[in-house]
Amino acid sequence: MTPAWFCQSIDMKAYIRGIGNISPQHSWDNRLKEMEVTGYDNTHLRCIEPHYAEYIKPIQMRRMSRILKMGVAAAGKCLRDAGVEVPDAIITGTGLGMMGDTEKFLVSMLENDERLLTPTAFIQSTHNTVGAHIAVMLKCNKYNFTHVNDTLSFENTLLDGLIRVNENPAEKVLIAGIDEMTDSYFTIARNAGYWKENIDNSLELLRHGGPGSIAGEGAAFFIISGEQHPENYACFSGVRTFYKPVSEAETDQFIIEFLSAHGLGLQDVDILLSGINGDPRGDRIYRRVHEKLFGDNCIAYYKHLCGEYYTSSSFASWLGALILHEQHIPGYIILNDKPLHSPLKNVLIYNYHHDTNHALILLSAC
Amino acid sequence: MGRIVVTGMGIITAIGKDAGENYDALLNGRHGIGPVSLLDTRHRNEIPAGEIKLTNEELAALCGIGKPELYTRTALLGIIAAREAFETGIARYGINDHARTALVSSSTVGGMDKTEQHFYDFLSNNEYAHYVHTHYCSDSSIKICDYLGLRHMNVTISTACSSSVNAILFGAKLIRHGLADRVIAGGTDALSKFTLNGFNTLMILDREHCRPLDARRQGLNLGEGAAYIVLESEKTALKHHKEILCEISGYANANDAYHQTASSPDGYGPYLSMKEALDMSGLKPSQIDYINAHGTGTDNNDLTEGLAIDRIFAPRVPLVSSTKPFTGHTLAAAGVVETVFSILSIRNGIIFPNLNFSEKIAELSFEPVTELRRADINHVITNSFGFGGNDSSLVLSKY
Repeated sequence: MTPAWFCQSIDMKAYIRGIGNISPQHSWDNRLKEMEVTGYDNTHLRCIEPHYAEYIKPIQMRRMSRILKMGVAAAGKCLRDAGVEVPDAIITGTGLGMMGDTEKFLVSMLENDERLLTPTAFIQSTHNTVGAHIAVMLKCNKYNFTHVNDTLSFENTLLDGLIRVNENPAEKVLIAGIDEMTDSYFTIARNAGYWKENIDNSLELLRHGGPGSIAGEGAAFFIISGEQHPENYACFSGVRTFYKPVSEAETDQFIIEFLSAHGLGLQDVDILLSGINGDPRGDRIYRRVHEKLFGDNCIAYYKHLCGEYYTSSSFASWLGALILHEQHIPGYIILNDKPLHSPLKNVLIYNYHHDTNHALILLSAC
Repeated sequence: MGRIVVTGMGIITAIGKDAGENYDALLNGRHGIGPVSLLDTRHRNEIPAGEIKLTNEELAALCGIGKPELYTRTALLGIIAAREAFETGIARYGINDHARTALVSSSTVGGMDKTEQHFYDFLSNNEYAHYVHTHYCSDSSIKICDYLGLRHMNVTISTACSSSVNAILFGAKLIRHGLADRVIAGGTDALSKFTLNGFNTLMILDREHCRPLDARRQGLNLGEGAAYIVLESEKTALKHHKEILCEISGYANANDAYHQTASSPDGYGPYLSMKEALDMSGLKPSQIDYINAHGTGTDNNDLTEGLAIDRIFAPRVPLVSSTKPFTGHTLAAAGVVETVFSILSIRNGIIFPNLNFSEKIAELSFEPVTELRRADINHVITNSFGFGGNDSSLVLSKY
């Protein structure tokens, strides 16, 4: 029987021309080597927000929720970085959408027994708000899409972008992963057992025992295109998602088949960027894959930098792209002591959630 | 490029729990708009809606689910409609290999029906923690995949009221690019207090039965429902000797880029989505026989959609109707609900009437079809426009 993930996929490749990334790290400047890493002594990592005034007019800013500001500013930075005024498509991915405005309208509705409500929060609660807002600001009438697939939201966005670029290689497509961790959602998810009780240094995430991970958030935007350019950071050369493996062997086969579909073997993965997040319930699966398949590869991780959230693989993509671009891997992300290849050519991001949605993103040097 | 065809469909709305019941209601002018009785809202007697008069327990029983308390209403509706699509387009041909069958679904409210009941429980205890996992829009997709045994790609889209047309469009792309052999595409949305109150604050809910494309329209009626269609390449459909319900001959997604909720005064986004879908189909405007309009009944939508239709088609505007007075506006599901209705139109040579029309909109050149009408229908455009200026159109053709 044909394996479920098998695809005679077209050779889809997209170069990263520009990036704008707001995260709990000083990621705004897109410089990895010089970036001072930030550790947190609590389990709720929040974004380090830039000065918005450069990207958003004060009159607009007043009515914008925090995530909307983050999205619009990161998009603005990304476009500027790429030297693109108006993109040819806007594709956003978000697991939870506009949580802040959703909660605002919900609480006001519940507390006032469905009376005395105003529309602003409701209007801005729809999942496509960020993509729509960018379209209005840029007067961009082109393809506009929002994917909402919990931890696959960014992967499906990337797939959509790759299809678009494959159809029209000259186009500059804006793709993004955006999620915010509001105080309420943090509490709700904590009650549901998502987060650790406490932590003294997020940078040592994997040394903290007990169930749960740490909460995070972010807004990472990329301009991708089918065209080579001296200033490209790296390229997205593949993405694949995989639903509920029935066995460990199937997970292994999924990873091996994906690499082989891109002409690579396990040994060609210069860095595995693992989604391991400190929750022993899930880390078991990551650790098994690390040992079984990537025992000879350099393994690194990223959730101690950005926290766990639905579109964290967009942060991982930023990290992977800069590693390849700068040919530099910071020591604080490395998990094992295998020798590094030079030059670094391929970064594989492996992320999964509740053993349901497994996903791979392949980044390659230009 | 190969042709993309539809080989199965399933639907549940306020006018019926499968395609047969929906068709019968459309033929007999039986609409589903009335007082809200199941949703626990203070607006029950004041704002009518297209509510499906089945409790969650009854919905679960329809699809043989033993523990309805583990499912949101959005997921239950989705399962019922997706199962019908799956049975009519896949299972009845004895196809058991679902390795390359993808689900492309959509939703705007997700599990809000449970979140709004248990929000304070979520904050204070973990008694209802399982509903935390059902809040996000893709929960219903996961439930559908598990119910049908699908393990290939699952994609969920949320572009407000254009969501499920975008699901169909994305599904067609997956097939075109060889990323899936078959796609079950559609959307699901249950009524919730959140959306009812949200639209109410915008003052666009009609207190009576809605009157789309009418000069004296007063707003929309919300509805709930789900619908899915099975998409595949013509080649695989023929290989399995399938009955082909219609062809997807064009699709487009554009953005109005004007305002978060209001359409541009001349309906530029709707114009673009119709124009680009037509261009893709290679058809001339004069070849379109019928437009199933988005036609919500709001002042803004119907005028701007009408102006965009005139811009492309006047002076020879095809037959137009909005079927929303039958079902209410089912939000994410609206586009695929109306795709199913358009397929019924093509297959049966019947245009379903635009109920409650009495007076033409002065700025427009055309009036909608007001009575059941027989016509030879070869090509249909169906529109869905949403908040955020997300405008999408499909061209459906007789096969």
